[in-house]
Amino acid sequence: MSVVETQKAGLEGQLSGRRLPRWSTPALAGGALIVGLIVQLTGWTVVGLAPGVIAAVVFLLGQAIASLAIEGRRHSKDRIATTLIYATFVVALTPLLWILITVLVKGLSVFDWTFFTSTMRNVSPRQPGGGILHAFLGTLEQVGIATLVSVPIGLLAAIYLVEFGKGRLKFWISFFVDVMTGVPSIVAGLFIYTALILTGVLQQSGFAAALALCILMIPVVIRSSEEMLKIVPNDLREAALALGVPKWKVILRIVVPTAISGLITGAMLAVARVAGETAPLLLTTFLAQDINLNAFNGSQTSLPTFIWDQISRGTSSSVNRAWGAALALILFVLIIYAAARILAARFAPKSR
Amino acid sequence: MSTSTDETAKSAADPAGISGAAIRAGDRSFLGLSRGAGILVLAVMAAIAAFLVWKAIPSLQVDSANFLTEQSWLPDQTPSVFGIAVLAFGTFVTAVIAMLIAVPIGFGIALFIAYYARPKFGKALGFIVDLLAAVPSIIFGLWGLYNFMPAVTSFAEWLTEYLGWIPIFANDKQLWTKSLLMAGLVLAIMVLPTVSAISREVFLQVPRMHIEASLALGATRWEMIKMAVFPFSRPGMISAAMLGLGRALGETIAVALILSAVFEVNTHITEPGGNSFAANIALKWGEAGEVGRSALIASGLVLFLITLAVNMIARWIIARRKEFSGAN
Repeated sequence: MSVVETQKAGLEGQLSGRRLPRWSTPALAGGALIVGLIVQLTGWTVVGLAPGVIAAVVFLLGQAIASLAIEGRRHSKDRIATTLIYATFVVALTPLLWILITVLVKGLSVFDWTFFTSTMRNVSPRQPGGGILHAFLGTLEQVGIATLVSVPIGLLAAIYLVEFGKGRLKFWISFFVDVMTGVPSIVAGLFIYTALILTGVLQQSGFAAALALCILMIPVVIRSSEEMLKIVPNDLREAALALGVPKWKVILRIVVPTAISGLITGAMLAVARVAGETAPLLLTTFLAQDINLNAFNGSQTSLPTFIWDQISRGTSSSVNRAWGAALALILFVLIIYAAARILAARFAPKSR
Repeated sequence: MSTSTDETAKSAADPAGISGAAIRAGDRSFLGLSRGAGILVLAVMAAIAAFLVWKAIPSLQVDSANFLTEQSWLPDQTPSVFGIAVLAFGTFVTAVIAMLIAVPIGFGIALFIAYYARPKFGKALGFIVDLLAAVPSIIFGLWGLYNFMPAVTSFAEWLTEYLGWIPIFANDKQLWTKSLLMAGLVLAIMVLPTVSAISREVFLQVPRMHIEASLALGATRWEMIKMAVFPFSRPGMISAAMLGLGRALGETIAVALILSAVFEVNTHITEPGGNSFAANIALKWGEAGEVGRSALIASGLVLFLITLAVNMIARWIIARRKEFSGAN
């Protein structure tokens, strides 16, 4: 028995070298915090670094040195890497929370009933009050038109890529769909301006803005629809084809209904993506201060361009309105996200 | 009635009738429609290039300065004088700053989600980072202008005070806001989700066997990442960075709100000034005349070609990777 125990102890000794005790990490973190506090209280500092930064450096170096002394070089490197990777995560979360909280606090301060039910008609930039109704309706209409145009085109193109496409044409379409997702939004606006407005086909209008959004939306819809159609099991297609159903009917009656929840989710995520676009709208519409439901004629404001307009006016009450509209826009996008998830769950094919 | 029944029976009996004309007509029109939608994508990409070139030519013909090296932007003057030097410089500098920050941090987050956090927690984190991608750029601009910039000014001052001996950090104007550095920092935050989302996908594709073999041989987690994860995912990481770069180059509104309207090549990146292709278009569009708009379209064409090249290289790397990947 004693032999076994010594063997075991010996094995342990061989398999894992000396490690830092578990309490070393919290102890070092505590030590680093104390150093940070001292820096904060005494005002003494190294090359002007903030106390938090000094505390972080002390923790990183302290752990590295302790680990180097006890565990060796390899584990020391591992600990440095672990600390840095955890730090990147904190660094990434900070701006997200910062933005969301700022928009929420500043936006809520201007939220009231008139903000949602009135327009900027007869409201001068310096005056408080006014509302976003016209901008919200403009966003609904422009994004709605963009969706009506983009979703059928995107779905058909995805069907081509998954069900029919082969060879070079499929490769190039697939390749350029990916490249098209990277087209800068301002270029989409420039394209609609040069191709349709300068040539006299359209005026600067809500519809032109919607078409610019389509350029951004179509590749996103194609990509997400393609992923969804690929998931549909081949057995379903083959079973239907074996029963003599023509291919187009297989696609419309079997493949698309099976994938419908994913298709809807993908389309709605594409909607959420373009709902916040500003740059293409600035080139394709003029700003309005009142409701204009006619997308083909006259100027039409949307939520993003409303925010842009209010920021550029620069008075404190107009910037407040910009924050309110920013919160409304974020809520709008989040509601679409949530609705996409709920619809996806509801339309999901019933499985046993 | 009876004849038509006869005919159907006949065509059913006829072997050629199994894939009869009626069925094929439906298929053919459906194929035509869907192929047409696919070809539309190619057509739109070609049309973007064609129309931008066509409408850029008038201004390029009247430009009395060198389009590539001129440092002022006065296209509506007679004679017309404009060039993209300032825009190219500003776009390049802000994108480099954004990349220097966002690429290592983006990879770090992706590694954290893939290999450090517990799977469920990691999934939630991935969702949160994607949420950052859903924040519209106008809101980044608003926040950047009124919250981020005031808070980070002290960092820019610190750079000048302690690193001012490096020429790019020197600050002669004693003003630290509305600079290329600020725009680059905000861009970094905006690009972060793109880089981390794509590299996360790549990291998750590393074969489980490689990871477990490496750990079984006694590698630490970092050694496992260095020796099993990075070699496998290097092409994916490069293209993730390049797709982020594409987004940084084309970002308009946030940059337009943060940069000041000073139109100059300024190598002191903490001083106000500078401009980018996209931001310049948004800022100058309203006041531009006919030649002015044509000049902005010309600058947009340059931006389009640059992002096109960056995106095509990135996608090409991914596509090549898919073909030769042993994991599939």
